[in-house]
Amino acid sequence: MSTKNFLFVNRKAPYGTVYALEALEVVLISAAFEQNVSLAFIDDGVYQITKGQNSKETGMKNFSPTFRALGDYDITKLYVSTESLAERGLTVDDLMELTYEDADDDYAEKPSIILVNREEMAAMMAEQEVILSF
Amino acid sequence: MASINVGGKDIPLDEEGYLENLNDWTPEVAEVLAKGEDVTLTSEHWEILNFLREYYEEYQIAPAVRVLTKAVGKRLGADKGNSKYLYSLFPYGPGKQACKYGGLPKPTGCV
Repeated sequence: MSTKNFLFVNRKAPYGTVYALEALEVVLISAAFEQNVSLAFIDDGVYQITKGQNSKETGMKNFSPTFRALGDYDITKLYVSTESLAERGLTVDDLMELTYEDADDDYAEKPSIILVNREEMAAMMAEQEVILSF
Repeated sequence: MASINVGGKDIPLDEEGYLENLNDWTPEVAEVLAKGEDVTLTSEHWEILNFLREYYEEYQIAPAVRVLTKAVGKRLGADKGNSKYLYSLFPYGPGKQACKYGGLPKPTGCV
């Protein structure tokens, strides 16, 4: 099977709709098929990877811990929109510390989150072969 | 709906034999589920089941078999983190079978 560059664009808040959870499931499935998978977090999608989520009142499972498993699936590039963070009064310190172990660098732990502005996001998207938006 | 009886309690299963309610799991449930597929759980099996349950607790997912293999290797050593060893314990597929006995959902990405 050929390998393609997949980008999953997450634009919605984690709870209230099923988009974010469904997107994450598809992400894990694509990675299991050894595709080159990256994620982007734009608009309310940035809330998906914030720290200290409590979904109790929503009746949905708090699935934010699953983002910490992405490194195990060799998903190491999580692009986060700086504009979307700023518009919501968030900084990178409000996000979970998501890391991966770099097999090419003696398994050193490295950050997966890459902050990008609108232009950088567009340039990154231009390099993708498949883009799925949720 | 299918179910198994463990210690006088009926425990519902889904159409593929996974627990309907993950909270129903006990070690006895694991033994009964394994027995239904002619598997007797040894301490080697339990090592993997316990590992999977911890993984689920931490990440809220049952890992894909490739991820499981890698993670087992990291935690329990390279002699166990390979498909040959895992398939010797769980011949129907370590992801599916171990997750079933461990009371976890079917691994995401498992068809």
